[in-house]
This record gives sequence, C-alpha cells and structure tokens, in this order.
Amino acid sequence: MDLLLLLEQTLNGLTLGVMLFLLAAGLTLIFGVMDVINLAHGSLYMAGAFASATVVARTGSFALGVLSGIAVGAMFALLLEVALMRRLYAREHLDQVLATFAVILIANETVKIVFGPQPIFARTPVELSDTVEVLPGVPFPAYRLAIIAVGLIAGLFLWWLIGRTRLGMVIRAGTTHRSLVQALGVNIEVLFALVFAIGGALAGLAGAMAGPILAVQVGMGEQILILAFVVVVIGGLGSVRGAFVAALLVGLTDTLSRALLPVLIRDLLPPVAADQVAANLGSVAVYLAMAVVLAFKPRGLFPAHG
Amino acid sequence: MRTTRRAILGATGALPAAVLACPALAQGEAVKIGMITTLSGPGAALGADIRDGFTLAVKHAGGRLGGFAVEVTIADDGLRPENGRAIAERMVRRERIQVLTGIVFSNVLLAVVPVVLPVATYVSANAGPSQLAGEGCHANYFNVAWQNDNLHEAVGHYMAQQRVRRAFLLAPNYPAGRDALTGFKRFFKGEVVSETYTRLDQLDYAAELATIRNAAPEAVYIFLPGGLGINFIKQYAAAGLRGRIPLYGPGFSFDQDVFPAVGEDALGCFNSSQWALDLPNPANRAFVEGFEREYGRLPSLYASQGYDAANLIASAIAATRGDVADRAAFASALKRAEFASVRGAFRFGNNNHPIQTIYMREVVRDARGRIVNRTIGVAFENHQDAYAAQCRLS
Repeated sequence: MDLLLLLEQTLNGLTLGVMLFLLAAGLTLIFGVMDVINLAHGSLYMAGAFASATVVARTGSFALGVLSGIAVGAMFALLLEVALMRRLYAREHLDQVLATFAVILIANETVKIVFGPQPIFARTPVELSDTVEVLPGVPFPAYRLAIIAVGLIAGLFLWWLIGRTRLGMVIRAGTTHRSLVQALGVNIEVLFALVFAIGGALAGLAGAMAGPILAVQVGMGEQILILAFVVVVIGGLGSVRGAFVAALLVGLTDTLSRALLPVLIRDLLPPVAADQVAANLGSVAVYLAMAVVLAFKPRGLFPAHG
Repeated sequence: MRTTRRAILGATGALPAAVLACPALAQGEAVKIGMITTLSGPGAALGADIRDGFTLAVKHAGGRLGGFAVEVTIADDGLRPENGRAIAERMVRRERIQVLTGIVFSNVLLAVVPVVLPVATYVSANAGPSQLAGEGCHANYFNVAWQNDNLHEAVGHYMAQQRVRRAFLLAPNYPAGRDALTGFKRFFKGEVVSETYTRLDQLDYAAELATIRNAAPEAVYIFLPGGLGINFIKQYAAAGLRGRIPLYGPGFSFDQDVFPAVGEDALGCFNSSQWALDLPNPANRAFVEGFEREYGRLPSLYASQGYDAANLIASAIAATRGDVADRAAFASALKRAEFASVRGAFRFGNNNHPIQTIYMREVVRDARGRIVNRTIGVAFENHQDAYAAQCRLS
C-alpha cells in the first residue's frame, strides 16, 4: 500500500472519528454532569437529521438546514429534560435506561408516522459535492473535509466553553462535586437543562452533517449509538477531552483496520480466505481496541470523576 | 380501566374486518388469508410495498380474489423470527387461516415454515432461501418472487456476457451476503479482484471506496440491502467514482424504495430484476398506473411481488371454487400458475420456484424527471435456480 492511499485512509478515519465525537460529546457531557444514561441520544441525532433534510429540501439552503438541525436537537433535548429526565435523576440507571429506551420507540414511531417508513433524501450542498485533491493524486470528497472542519470547530468551542467560561467551570464542578455545587447556590435545574440542550444541539448537528452521506431513516440513531457508547467508555465517562481522543482513535482504528488488514493478510493467505479473515478481524478491531484500553486504564483514557 | 380501553380498541380494530367479511356470508365464508410482513424497523419500507401491492390486487378485483370474498389479516413481524413464528402459530391454530404470505426476510421465513406447512399453504412474495428450494422443498410452499441467488446470478451472467474482466465484489459479512456473492460467481467468468465483506452495521464505506479506487476494477458489484445500500450509493457518488467505475447490484439495492433517498447518486447504475416498471404487458401497465394512483408513489419490485402473490392466490381460489382447505387441489392449482403476472411469462419449476426471465435495468431519469429503472436487456431467459435438481417434487 502506498503512502498516498494511507494518507487518504487516515483522512477517512478522521471523518468517522469526528462524526462520532459530535455524538459522543453530548452523551458523555450528560452522563458526566447528571449521571444519566440517555439511550435516546440517538433519537436527538435522528431528529436533527430529519429536520435538516426537510429544511434543505424546502429552502435549498444547507446552512439553514444545519442550523435547524442544531435547533431541533436542542429543543427536543430540552423537552426531554423538562418532561422526563428531571424525574429520573434520583432513580437508578436501570430506570433511566428503561425510560429512555421508551423514548427511542416513541420517537421512531412518530418519525415513521410523519415521514413514512421510506428513508428520505438529504441533499449534499452543491459547493461541496465534488472531490478536492488534498495532495496530488489523492482526490477526497469536499463534503468530508467540511465534516472534519465542523467537528474540529465544535471541539474547539467545547474546549473553550468548558475550560474557559464560568458556565464551563460550573459544569466541571458539577461533574466532580455535585452536592458542593448545589450547596454553593448554583441553580442546578437550569444547569442540567442547559447541559442537556448543549448535548442535544451537538447530536442535532451530527445528524444534520451525517444526512448527505448516511441514510436518513427511522432507527438511524441506534445504529451509530453503539459506536458512540464505545467512544464514551474508552474516553472515560464524563470527559469531553477523552471523548475527542477516543472518537479519533475509534474512527482511525475502524477505518484503517478495514483498509490495511485485507492487504496485510493477503500476503499470508489465499485471496478468498484472506478476505474472509480480514472481514472478521476488521469487525472486532474497535472492540479489541476498547478491551486493550480498559485493560490498562479501567476508567477510560481521561476519567472525569476524581 | 386499562383492560376496558384495550377491549374498546380491539373492538374498533375488528370492525373493518367484519365489514369486509359481510358480503361473503351471502355465498359462504370469506377466504381467510394471513399476511405476515415487516412493517416496523429498518425493513419496514419493503413490507409496506408488499402489503400495498397485495392490497391493490384485491382492490382491483373488487375486494375479492378469484371471485370469492377474502379477509386479509395483516401482522407485523418487526424483522424478528420469533415474532413471525408466534404470529404464524396464532394465525394457523387459532384463526384457522390456511393461506399465508408476505414475509420479507429469509430468517423470519425459515422460522415460520415449520409451523405453517404441516397445516396450511405458504406463498412467498419475497424471501427465497436455498433451504426451501433444494432438498427442503415442500408441496405446500410456493415462491412467486425468486430464489435468493437469482438476481445475483443474473448480474454475474450479464457481466460475463459484457466481457467484464475484473470485478470488485462487496457484501455484508452474514449468510445472505456470502450466498449473494456465491450466486454472482456461479456465472461470472472474469477475475474477482476482491471479495470484500463489510459489517452488517457498517455506516461508513470510505475505506472500501479508497481501496476500490486504488484497485481500479472494470466494475463493482454490491449486495447491500436497505440502508446499507443507500449509504454506499451516496458515498460512491461523493467519492467521485460514479461514472468512472460502473456500479452493479441486484434490484433490491436500486428500486423505488431506495431512489427517493439517494436521488441522482443512483443514476447510471445497473441492476437485475425479474420485473421492471416499463415492461409493456397490459397487466403491468394496469398495476403501475393503479399503484401510483392509489398510493402516490411508484411501485418497487417488492410491490410487484405482492401484487403477483395476490393474483396467483386468486387463480387457485378460482380453480378450487374457494375451497382452500383441500390443500392438494389448491397446491396443484397454484402450481399451474394461471394468472397474468406483471413480469410477463411465468411458470413454476418442479420445486415450486419460478422459471422466469430476469432483466437488466439502468437507473435513468424518465420524461417527467423522475428517477426510475429502464430495462436495457435480458440477463437470463427461462432461468431456474441452482437447487431445483435436489428437490424431489415433480
């Protein structure tokens, strides 16, 4: 395999990693601050994707579509927090899992009633529908570069928000010393709602950006949620920084194992057997990486809780 | 309180069925037909098309099949074999339904047939696993669509005819994926550059697309059902490969259930099917026009199979004068296949699977700007599946 192809595959891995980061950041933030397992995070992502695809189809503006994806994700999350999650903070994780699983079912049925069982069309913005030569001989879809850019911007924004603002300070304090934050007179209800909305906005953004390359359909959230959970666990529950590193790690491991394994194994085995072995190894690569990380760092790369 | 509400809901739910059944009482009981299909989850669009095709045929015949009133009970298996099996048990044991149809996925079908076949007749409108075409064939099991390998074999054969020398194959890493590529290779004569198996839950195909570009095959063949295919087709176009390396697939990846989601990205792709929107026979024209008028969308191959299943059952109801309980007579009437299939000529082989023509189609824009399939040639005439010889039926 030549170097240029390897570079292209690395970029591909980064794209997947960035997509996973957008989803995992909200998930880990919500878990870290509120100690809530929100299985319905994938539904927020689906809501963002459907909202964005619909707005783009109506207005023709991709920017408006992304904004509406973010807005719908945030509003849906806020609604979820006020109407449901607020009652579950004191309950066990199992109750939260049960309730948010119900939300998944309700969200999926609702989308099916409104949009039908068929996947809907999400247009790639015309300006980004071509490929760009990132290096001579390496054509790369412009839209995927845009995804990487958006993900990095979102990452920078979160770094600034959590590390450099007063709100971020409270969020960090809420993650590590919850009762103390309450004792100091921080309005914890508002804080929780806000964190939920930020998580929802990120999930909505992920959905809006995913539309042009992935099928926008009922149940799309659950497919990607499993990988997002893997990211959260590798990164350390509650750590946005951990989620960022872990997302890139998972994206690169997944993509590079699929790209490199067939080539490496073909040197050892006849082609058909090699393809089969590579497929089986590639499909467990991410989980192997998770097992290795957890063997050395049982609480993930950057555990947030002291 | 809860029980009362459920009882009321149940009663209102039963009303339409009761109304449907009424006219039949004049000349005897309505013929009961059970449809188990997938109406929720990722495969819901396929089941909805089979149901709508079937329902349309009943409607075209004035609420009857073969001149007899029918009562169609529709149930959702949710793509879960255990659900399908439980529904089948309820239908054949409690509701005494003797004709069943509708299952989309082979794994559900294989769980259901052991319950159904000892006491009822099953007409498959989609799934055609090899287990039921070879040694495991059954006198009361009919497949009106295809055997699972057929559409893959057709593309392999067509690409061999077109003298494609180097092909790149891609399918998910599960039994149906491996069977698909085996079917393809049964007739493809060129070099297989790579047989890539992807995860069944894979979302991003960037790694495979870069590998494809680097391998520079003359054609790419994919078997990626449902959302997998949508992801791949979109990403194939975004990677700039559409128009550079021809993309082939079975009709499942390129039909009206997929086009609304992928749009122009599917244009110029080639696929195989036993049916096409533009087949000129009168039955097909009536079907396509009727379907569009009724549902406001174009039918897919799944819808055509649902429609054909209904008309096949109608022919056997007519021949047996509504006596579906005489299973031997009903089966022999089904086997004669005396109905106007929307695909044109149709007959059953010894194993109750079709012997039929399989067409090649290209995805184009029609005169009204819609994205549709246009028939470009014939991959097979009178094609029979590879397992028929192992079936002891005659």
